Amino acid sequence: MTGANINKINSFKKQKQKEEMKHQVITFALMIIFTLVAFIAVGAGMNKTYVIPLILILALVQVGFQFYYFMHMKDKGHEVISSLIYGGIWIAAVTVLTFTTIIWW
Amino acid sequence: MSIASTQKKGFGAILWDYLTTVDHKKIGNMYLAAGAFFFLLGGIEALIIRIQLIKPENDFISAGLYNEMITMHGTTMIFFAAMPMLLGFMNGVMPLQIGARDVAFPFLNSLGFWLFLLGGILMNLSWFFGGAPDAGWTGYAPLSTSSPGHGLDYYVMGLQLSGAGTLMGGINFLVTIVTMRGPGMTYMRMPLFTWTTFVASILILFAFPALTVGLFLLQFDRMFGSAFFDVALGGNSVIWQHLFWIFGHPEVYILILPAFGIFSEIIPTFSKKRLFGYSSMVFATFLIAFLGFMVWAHHMFTVGLGPVANSIFAVGTMAIAVPTGIKIFNWLATMWGGSIKINSAMLWALGFIPSFTIGGMTGVMLGASTADFQYHDTYFVIAHFHYVIVGGVVFGILAGLHYWWPKFFGKVLNETMGKIAFWLFFIGFHLTFFIQHFLGLMGMPRRYWVFLENQGLDTGNLISTIGAFFMAAGSIVFIINIIYTTAKGEKAANDPWGTGRTLEWAISSPAPEYNFKQLPLVRGLDPYWIEKMDGNTKMTPAEPLDDIHMPNGSILPVVISIGFFIASFGFIYQVDNKSWLIVLFAGMVIAIGSMLIRSLKDDHGHHIHKEDLEKEAD
Repeated sequence: MTGANINKINSFKKQKQKEEMKHQVITFALMIIFTLVAFIAVGAGMNKTYVIPLILILALVQVGFQFYYFMHMKDKGHEVISSLIYGGIWIAAVTVLTFTTIIWW
Repeated sequence: MSIASTQKKGFGAILWDYLTTVDHKKIGNMYLAAGAFFFLLGGIEALIIRIQLIKPENDFISAGLYNEMITMHGTTMIFFAAMPMLLGFMNGVMPLQIGARDVAFPFLNSLGFWLFLLGGILMNLSWFFGGAPDAGWTGYAPLSTSSPGHGLDYYVMGLQLSGAGTLMGGINFLVTIVTMRGPGMTYMRMPLFTWTTFVASILILFAFPALTVGLFLLQFDRMFGSAFFDVALGGNSVIWQHLFWIFGHPEVYILILPAFGIFSEIIPTFSKKRLFGYSSMVFATFLIAFLGFMVWAHHMFTVGLGPVANSIFAVGTMAIAVPTGIKIFNWLATMWGGSIKINSAMLWALGFIPSFTIGGMTGVMLGASTADFQYHDTYFVIAHFHYVIVGGVVFGILAGLHYWWPKFFGKVLNETMGKIAFWLFFIGFHLTFFIQHFLGLMGMPRRYWVFLENQGLDTGNLISTIGAFFMAAGSIVFIINIIYTTAKGEKAANDPWGTGRTLEWAISSPAPEYNFKQLPLVRGLDPYWIEKMDGNTKMTPAEPLDDIHMPNGSILPVVISIGFFIASFGFIYQVDNKSWLIVLFAGMVIAIGSMLIRSLKDDHGHHIHKEDLEKEAD
């Protein structure tokens, strides 16, 4: 391999890492903003029917960020892991559904 | 073999070797041995149950002792006999089949085994300390929360310990299969036993937490005055049933899928044909696992979930017959036109197909929720689940023992005795359980310690008990076979069957410590068979001979497990006297202290050097 090629690969890698870093910072900032929004929503004393779904949605998005960006589930080679995580979520969902519907008192 | 291993070792050295081993093959053998021990215990309990029911109003054992017998029989057989023996096969065979030198987490593997063993011992110690658990293997609340004495406390702690061990085993196998497959071993080239190990491990990963949660709630209700299942204080006893069966139904697939895998190895080997419909077998395995999580309430049709819930779970249950049917037809098609060799392993496989199919058929009958109101809690249910668990899982284990015995212990089990054991056990099995279908339909309820005479139940129960003794005789012949083979048997070749298809038959029997001197190159499904068809006697290596990295043994798994074992006694008896909390804390200090040592101390393992490997003969 020639020196020029190696340089190309290195600059490609650098480019990738730079992008990766950008993503990390953006998601981190977003997560802080989401947390602030959640606190403000509660602190402002808004209506419960509005605040609870809002917080839950924010939490869900944060979990997504956590999995996909911080824990790299968006990268290649994570197919088995993500299918296992979704399998677990599915089973938990079915369980919760049961407990909220057919256990009646 | 190396010089060190040909030297005779003292008993102490061997014991220390097994206590500290992290070698998946030795752990597998220990799983098999411990599982066999508990299998005999459970079998003796079964015999006592059948003797009690040999005639109407028998007084062989008291009602209370009978309740303890049925509880311990069920729990022992499921958790401490069937599962560990299957985990033993997974440990002993799966890494060889995927061309790996070890499992992903050898230390965790060892810890899992010792937790299981001490959990099993803990629960059985209850016999000596004031009475065994007596609320049935399902431990339904409020019976389990109000059962006097400490029996149920032993149930909770014993299952919690061994459940943690099983969970570790499952995670270990998952990571091993995902990350440690050898060169060329793609997912769709994995042998069926590896596939079923993988899927059963997924089921363990998802199902056992439900049991853990249920047991924790029960533990808090019994020991710390909470009221999760106490209706009078606003709890709900049905939650236990849901949690138990969310675990319990996948559990039966955790048991049967590896057995399916064993048969899927044996039938092609002795039919001299590749497995028919390999990809549909893999697909069916996943489908069974998926559906298996959505049918648990079919154990609860009579609880009063309502017609809609019952219908949904009934349809789901019947749907499972489809992938299972795919498997049955694939096995039959594998044999069709094959050059079939009938030996002991194959006999068990052949006996399995009709037996299990009968169990599956009664399963669909029970799955019809309206009809289930008639069958529920009768001997029909007993007959059904013994047909699937004995006819499926136990036959699978015995078939697997015959098939892989040379790979585990280096000797082939005696064929004549193997066949005698099969016929005794097979005939005894059908004698015992077939008649129970009819006893159930005639209204004989399960879990009752006596029945009245002249209700048409006398003859059936007598036949059933006679059958149980046939099964015991078969088991005894099997044990004699093991002793005989160990003493007299000749050393087995690498591939003693001559028609081995998968990687484990390409290496020596028993497998060397490092499994593969050079990792083999896998060129397709049934890699060893491919090499044979190309005229090779050995696998093509995928790498040059080099140093092999091995993990170091450790006594810590035993110490950690003993710590939790001691702490369990503290939990159980602190109800009577708070000074038992000292035992609890002492146990926890031992366990957590050892975990700390494990975390802080670096252990990089050791290498088997190239020069030593070269010296060894093949």
